[in-house]
Amino acid sequence: MNTVVLDHITKHYDQERVLAVNDVSLQVRAGELFGLIGPDGAGKTSLFRILTTLLLPDKGQASVLGYDCVRDYRQIRNKIGYMPGKFSLYQDLTVKENLDFFATLFGSSIGENYTLIKDIYEQIKPFNNRRAGKLSGGMKQKLALCCALIHKPEVLFLDEPTTGVDVVSRKEFWQMLKNLKQQGITILVSTPYMDEAVLCEKIALIQGGNILSVDTPDGIRSKFPVPLYAIRSDNTYQLLTALRKEPGVDSSYAFGESIHITLNEQQTNMAAIQQSMVAKGHTQLSMEQIQPGIEDSFIRLMNQA
Amino acid sequence: MAEKVIVCKELTKRFGDFYAVNKISFEVNKGEIFGFLGANGAGKTTAMRILCGLSHPSSGEAQVAGYDVYQQAESIKKNIGYMSQKFSLYENLTVAENIEFFGGVYRVPAAEIEERSDALLQKLGLTGEAKKLVGALPLGWKQKLAFSVAIFHRPRIVFLDEPTGGVDPVTRRQFWDMIYEAAASGITVFVTTHYMDEAEYCDRVTIMVDGKVEALDAPSRLKAQFNANNMDEVFYQLARGAKRSGD
Repeated sequence: MNTVVLDHITKHYDQERVLAVNDVSLQVRAGELFGLIGPDGAGKTSLFRILTTLLLPDKGQASVLGYDCVRDYRQIRNKIGYMPGKFSLYQDLTVKENLDFFATLFGSSIGENYTLIKDIYEQIKPFNNRRAGKLSGGMKQKLALCCALIHKPEVLFLDEPTTGVDVVSRKEFWQMLKNLKQQGITILVSTPYMDEAVLCEKIALIQGGNILSVDTPDGIRSKFPVPLYAIRSDNTYQLLTALRKEPGVDSSYAFGESIHITLNEQQTNMAAIQQSMVAKGHTQLSMEQIQPGIEDSFIRLMNQA
Repeated sequence: MAEKVIVCKELTKRFGDFYAVNKISFEVNKGEIFGFLGANGAGKTTAMRILCGLSHPSSGEAQVAGYDVYQQAESIKKNIGYMSQKFSLYENLTVAENIEFFGGVYRVPAAEIEERSDALLQKLGLTGEAKKLVGALPLGWKQKLAFSVAIFHRPRIVFLDEPTGGVDPVTRRQFWDMIYEAAASGITVFVTTHYMDEAEYCDRVTIMVDGKVEALDAPSRLKAQFNANNMDEVFYQLARGAKRSGD
C-alpha cells in the first residue's frame, strides 16, 4: 500500500480563475523520502494542504495511510506531522512551552517520544526559556520540526523547510531528515532548490500546477534525451551571448562558471561550435560532454511543457 | 584605476556588546557585480542597511557613491536603487502606476517618466499588462519588473537582497541577464544570494562569517585558494565554523 496517494487532484482558487494544481497524480511509498521540487507558484503548498486535510480539492482523490483526505480527516490529523512553510508556532510561548503544548494536544508528552526528537531538540534546549518569536531562523526551523515530530507521526509533511536558509544549515537539515527516515517515518518534503533533489529517494518536478516528471533523481537525469555539453571560457557572459546566436546551438544556460548547451540535431558537432567560438575571439575555451543534473532536466521539461 | 563606488574601512555596527558587523573593509568598483554572501546571522543585512544609508555605523568609515554614510545618508539614498525579494512593488497598484510612483519618488521628471516607462514596458514585453495590478503578475515577471523599477532612476549602485528567491531556473537566469546588462551600462550591482551557482556569476565575492569578512576575491581565485570545486564548497568551508545563526 502506498502511504501517500494523489489521484488526479485539481485545485482552483479565486472562483476558478487561478489553477493551482492541475490533475496531479503521484504515490509515496512507506518509509520513502519524497521530494516535491519546484519554484514558487508550482502548487507545492496546495498539495500539502490537501494532504494534511486543510484544503479541499476541486477534483480527484487523495489519501494518507489509506485514509481519505476529505472523509477521514480526523484519523489523518492524528497520524501526521506538518511543518508549514510559514513559521506557525506560538511566537509568545517559549521553546519548551511550544513543545509541551503540541505534545499535550496529541495526548502525549515530551518524555514519551524523546528519542525521536533528541538530536534536534538538544541543539535548541539551551534556549528552552526563550520565546519562539525571539529565536533565529535556524533555531525556529529546528523547533518547528520538533513540534511536528513530538507525537511520533507516521508521515511527516515539510513545506519548504530550507527556503532562505544558508548552505550550512541546509546541509544539517537534510542530515536530520536522513536520520528520521531511518526511524521509519515517511517524509514528503518540498523545496525550490534543485540541488536538494538528489538528497531524496524519489522526486516530482512540478511547475505551474503540473507535474513535469516523477522518478528517482537518477531516473530523471537518465531520461535527458540528448547529449549535454559544458563549455567555458574566460568570459562567461560574452560566451553565453555568442552561443545564443549560434545556429547549431539549441539551448544554452549558465551554470556557475560554465554554460550547459545542447545542439540542434544532425547539423552540428561540438568541434564546429568550438571552432566558431575561437573564430569569434573567445579565449581559454574548454568543453566536455557532461551528465545532466536535475536543474538541466527541469529546464528542459519546463521548456517542453 | 577603476573608480570606487563603495569604500568601507573597518566598518563596525555594535548592538550593546554584540558586534553585528565587526571591522569590515572592502572596495567596490564601478560597473562591478559584487556578491555579498554569508550564513544567516553573519551580518549581511546590517552591513547592507548601513551602505544604503538606513543605519548609522558605530565606528569605521564608509562612502557610497562618493557620499559619507554618517553625514550624507540622504544623498546616498538618491543615488542607489534597492530591491529585495520580500518587498519591492505595490501589489495593488498597476504596473504603470508602480513605475510612475517610484520614478516620482526618485524625482525623475514627469515627461521622462512617461517616455522611459513606455520603453521599459516594451523591453519587458509588458506593454499589454501596463494596466494590470502587479499582484496579478506571475512571480518571475514581478521580480523582473521590480529590478527594472529599482534602476529606473539610473542609480550609480543597485542593492539586490536575495532577488531570485523562489523563481524557476529559467527566470532566475533571465534575471541574471538583466543584472549583466545593468552592470555593462555602468551600474554597480551589490547582490546577496543563497544560490551558490549565482556566486559564480559575480566579478568578486565577499563571504561574511560572524560579522567579519572572511574571504574576498574573484570566484575562480577563491576556489583555488580553498582548493574547492565550486563556490558551494568554499562557502561551506568558511561558514561551517560560524558561531552565530540568525536571520
